[in-house]
Amino acid sequence: MAEAAICAGCRAYFGYPITPQNEILEYMAARMPAVSGAFIQAESEVAAINMCYGASAAGVRTMTSSSSPGISLKMEGISYLAGADLPCVIINVARGGPGLGNIAPAQGDYFQATKGGGHGDYRMIVLGPATIAEAIELVMLAFDLADKYRVPVMILSDGMLGQMMEPVVLPEPIDPTSLPAKPWALTGARGRHPNVVTSYAIDPADLNRINAQRQSRYHRIEKKEVRYRETETSDATIIVVAYGTVARIARTTVKMARSQGIKLGLVQPITLWPFPYAALRVLSSRVNTILTVEMSAGQMVEDVRLAVGDRAETPFYGELGGLVPTPKDILREVKRNVS
Amino acid sequence: MSANTDNMVKVFERPRCLTDAQFSYCPGCHHGLVTQIIAHTIDELGIQERAIAVAPVGCSVTMYEWFRCDGIQAAHGRACAVATGIKRVNPDLIVFTYQGDGDLAAIGTAESIHAANRGENITVIFINNQIYGMTGGQMAPTTLIGQRATSCPDGRNAQLAGYPIRFAEMIAQLEAPVYVTRQALYDQKRIMAASRAIRKAFQCQVEGKGYSLVEILTNCPTNWRMSPVETNSHLMNEVVRVFPLGDIVDRG
Repeated sequence: MAEAAICAGCRAYFGYPITPQNEILEYMAARMPAVSGAFIQAESEVAAINMCYGASAAGVRTMTSSSSPGISLKMEGISYLAGADLPCVIINVARGGPGLGNIAPAQGDYFQATKGGGHGDYRMIVLGPATIAEAIELVMLAFDLADKYRVPVMILSDGMLGQMMEPVVLPEPIDPTSLPAKPWALTGARGRHPNVVTSYAIDPADLNRINAQRQSRYHRIEKKEVRYRETETSDATIIVVAYGTVARIARTTVKMARSQGIKLGLVQPITLWPFPYAALRVLSSRVNTILTVEMSAGQMVEDVRLAVGDRAETPFYGELGGLVPTPKDILREVKRNVS
Repeated sequence: MSANTDNMVKVFERPRCLTDAQFSYCPGCHHGLVTQIIAHTIDELGIQERAIAVAPVGCSVTMYEWFRCDGIQAAHGRACAVATGIKRVNPDLIVFTYQGDGDLAAIGTAESIHAANRGENITVIFINNQIYGMTGGQMAPTTLIGQRATSCPDGRNAQLAGYPIRFAEMIAQLEAPVYVTRQALYDQKRIMAASRAIRKAFQCQVEGKGYSLVEILTNCPTNWRMSPVETNSHLMNEVVRVFPLGDIVDRG
């Protein structure tokens, strides 16, 4: 993921050590100077995200990464990034919570990521990779979307992806100087009016107008940027909805179920915001049951139920505390819900 | 009369780096004076096209509207981290923060100390008026012992709230800062000295020497409940006894 960020033209990284994402920080410490980029091990997660705020305002592709407790600390800065319309990529290698929890893979940060963990009316694009190859692809996409819409973008991965090794093909590196210019960036007011980056608007009418414009940008994102992957859904009678590591595990469950004659399909939301409501709504009229599986007490399932309504059964299966379900665990839940 | 002005020599004018926007400061407040000194400094050094103003949360939150240079508003206390991010990706820019005592020495203590410790090549203007101005006069980390504030109505009690923080002396313990000084504005002599200090701090950055901090003892007539003249006497007679004036580090 760190090398993918370099390939995407990221030239500023600020982070703080936290398990299980120290590898990104350590990789960037060695790699960023080699591409003449900025790297700082910050004094805190709060400082790191605010360094991102500054570097992004100066027009450079910028990233930070952390794990759940650290992401909580970054939420202030994420709200400011959103409020000042600044692009930035944030990787969350999520772990067990709440509080210090543990360092095992978990998906308990879905609400925080997709429903606005920071204050105010804002949205953040959230991408959920299931494999390292997907993570690389989505990191590249994250930088493009962040710049295109001037929003923070989060890669919501987990401790499994953060600690995994698998062979991948890296993309062609982008030359940062070839990226579209950012006329709003703070580069020095030379031959132009001064640029200002702020989230502050004391007059309610002003803030109302600014927020309304931002919301219309969010609506464009909802229309254009929904991404998801369907596996074996065309003849399915039951569907599992899962993202990230759980989606990868569920792919095996689909094969096992099919070999036993169960018509199981899988929907993997890739954009967790914007969520693929429409796709699930369409599927819900064709199947009996849509089973949501998460490594949480049930967070994404609320979005699934919003999409499905009462058109299909919407049971939930979750593991807590950093336990990872096996393909057999998911198959057991599928069978329980097949009438 | 108008015919005569053609022959006059202009000896004083609004700094080019200041816009026409009206300050939002209370009458008699020193903030406007510091703003004007910074603007003059930017003019004198010819750095307007490279300058980036990092505004804090506090009375100077809309500072970017007054300077005719690029500007950014930082979250409360985070100005030094934001300045760090800007300066690291574009070292040609001249980046300065302007922060009050609550912003720099309370909620932003970590960011302020670590930017100094890394020796970031930025200029920090620290406005120490011993009170939270914008929020209505609460106790600041710099509030004097016995000084009344809305959140210490009987006066600051050291046993409950500790002692006024001497931030300049604190960071003077670090290896990296090149120029750390404390100044005041209560008379003309002090204003001239403060102007020289601010100019020197910016000069350090222009020459690539590293981190500098100018702490300025300022007033708050509104929340101190004093006339501006009384605030100057208070600064001269009381405040400087707790916060001594002068250069503390000068490696510039």
